[in-house]
Amino acid sequence: MKNNTKIRKSHGSGGQQSHDLLENVFIPHFRNSYLSDLEDSAVLEGWNGNIAFTTDSYVVDPLQFPGGDIGKLAVSGTINDLAVRGAKPLYLTAGFILEEGLEISVLDNIVRSMAETSKQSGVKIVAGDTKVVSRGSADKLFINTAGIGSVPENLKLGAKYIEPGDEIIINGNIGDHGLAVLLAREDFGLITDIESDVNPLSSLIRKVLDADVKLHAMRDPTRGGLASTLNEIAQLRSVDMYIDEDHIPISDTVESVCQLLGLDPFSIANEGKALFFVAPDDCGRLLQILGSQPLGVHAARIGTVRAGNGQVVLNTRIGGNRLIDMPLGELLPRIC
Amino acid sequence: MKAEIQKIVDEIHTECGEEPIRLMEVCGTHTMAIHRYGLRSMLPSNLQLVSGPGCPVCVTPIHFIDAVLQLATRDDTVICTFGDLIRVPGSSASLESEKMNGHQVRVVYSPVDALRMAIRDKHLHYIFIGVGFETTAPAVAAVIEMARENKVTNFSVACAHKTMPEALKRLAADRQIQIQGLICPGHVSAIIGIQAYEWLAKHHNIACVVSGFDPGDILVSVLMLCRQIKRNECVAGIQYDRVVKAIGNTKALALMHRVFEPCDSEWRGLGMIPASGLAIKSGFRRFDALYRFPVKVKKSPTPSGCICGDILKGIKTPLQCGLFAKECRPDSPIGACMVSSEGTCAAFFKYQVVKSCA
Repeated sequence: MKNNTKIRKSHGSGGQQSHDLLENVFIPHFRNSYLSDLEDSAVLEGWNGNIAFTTDSYVVDPLQFPGGDIGKLAVSGTINDLAVRGAKPLYLTAGFILEEGLEISVLDNIVRSMAETSKQSGVKIVAGDTKVVSRGSADKLFINTAGIGSVPENLKLGAKYIEPGDEIIINGNIGDHGLAVLLAREDFGLITDIESDVNPLSSLIRKVLDADVKLHAMRDPTRGGLASTLNEIAQLRSVDMYIDEDHIPISDTVESVCQLLGLDPFSIANEGKALFFVAPDDCGRLLQILGSQPLGVHAARIGTVRAGNGQVVLNTRIGGNRLIDMPLGELLPRIC
Repeated sequence: MKAEIQKIVDEIHTECGEEPIRLMEVCGTHTMAIHRYGLRSMLPSNLQLVSGPGCPVCVTPIHFIDAVLQLATRDDTVICTFGDLIRVPGSSASLESEKMNGHQVRVVYSPVDALRMAIRDKHLHYIFIGVGFETTAPAVAAVIEMARENKVTNFSVACAHKTMPEALKRLAADRQIQIQGLICPGHVSAIIGIQAYEWLAKHHNIACVVSGFDPGDILVSVLMLCRQIKRNECVAGIQYDRVVKAIGNTKALALMHRVFEPCDSEWRGLGMIPASGLAIKSGFRRFDALYRFPVKVKKSPTPSGCICGDILKGIKTPLQCGLFAKECRPDSPIGACMVSSEGTCAAFFKYQVVKSCA
């Protein structure tokens, strides 16, 4: 009896057990007509404009962490990649790689979390796949999601539209996700209230797009954090970014823990944050819109784009200047 | 805070005159803070901050790393180390690469963690890598005493601890270096007090101030040093007086002296310095990993092109090194100063000073 609660190799065989898993775990949570048709692919209807298409894999360890789990992360991450391009996220696929011996209840919780997160954003999970590998060949559970969304044909949004003079805005505190996962995994003997910021940003971004502010680009600073995203764009566009350390929103706890562990909060991953590059005369309006939303209460203007040659310069909180460089190597492994 | 800081900076500009002034910091945490807050960009151009041998990982010689790597390849041992040592290259491998090869290497945050692991798992021998200055040595001494009291037989320490005073004397006596002031290490001084700096001030006319780690602490210390230099009255001052007492921490010193004795020690980049290291006393020999598991290592030459020795002495900056940011990078370090995140080259790499900011 006990074995029925665990994932077995046969759950990935394509036979009866695979079917059982589909009927008992995936379909009840993800329920929609595309899935319950059990076809080999979903035929999606109703397109206006262009299609945004993206994919990402999730291997976070541990599977659950304060503020979220791998399921919420796998849905939010892909939704956010679509949303920051100005797309309305519509459909996701989900591929699972399961380690033999995984408790089915663990999988069930994660699938439920995926269903809740996608429902919250009005996104449907319309196709999926499951593979089971021998014990030791994967660590518990990995998820790949791919997502598509619709983009208005005339939308001019992307790094190439960023101009000197643009203001740089973020919708809240940095560093929460990476640290929440790290603290849940490693035994530092620290007890903190740090929770991951993992969240789908599509509703927040929709509000911004509907208000028709002069937005030039958005990016989500996930792996590599603020440092990586800002450097990437600065180099791509050959512009400088001047960032004010004083204005960067960060919780006292994250700041203290980073100091204690010798980590750089600018290089730590976020999973519910977007950087907005906006024309200066619309900066105030954008801050107002973000500030009125639950996921934007700590929104702040953190810096300005200037003509230059690809440097990210930090004006430190005491008035000194230094460069923020691209983070090197893998600072914190398996955080997403 | 910005206004208070600006006031200190203004005073420094007034006090430091126009003659060139060279100040050296000898603590990795100071090096990082100076870079992280962009302090150099705020100071007068005639005031130069140079980094000395303040990072314990950087000054640890390659042959010690090679010895540790040999200990790591034994089947019956587990190496426990602080994280900053894990990527440090020996002559042909690193603890990180040995870990990937399946050898047991664990990162710990305290030597007590290593002892606890040894007590829990009697089948393997746990070796803690003791690298550090007077800041970490007392904690390692305490753990060795705990191991003896608890009759633990599967725990030992590979000891490469170093002490600051003799190295500072060596630097002060080196005519090439020519520093007028020393930003003295806050944590080390909390243990050893200021006796060594009084000696430097008296015999070498070097201004000394023990500094805390906030940017404000460091700037006030720079100001105190400028004033000493201007008046030509070199003494050992304490800016970090909320933590550091002139006599140091007598309890910690006594603990250190019970377990360790001074020994000659090789500093990467500086060479052999008499009485600048700590060896485990014979009464605690069974906790000395290199006594229990003798290893033979060859002395390795300095990698060619590497100028870490001159950088550790503050004679050259990383920007004058042909390898810097090319062959030698934090993810593939060649020289000592790039291997630890608190090394001068790593700090330069991460927080390059911005020359002109509008």
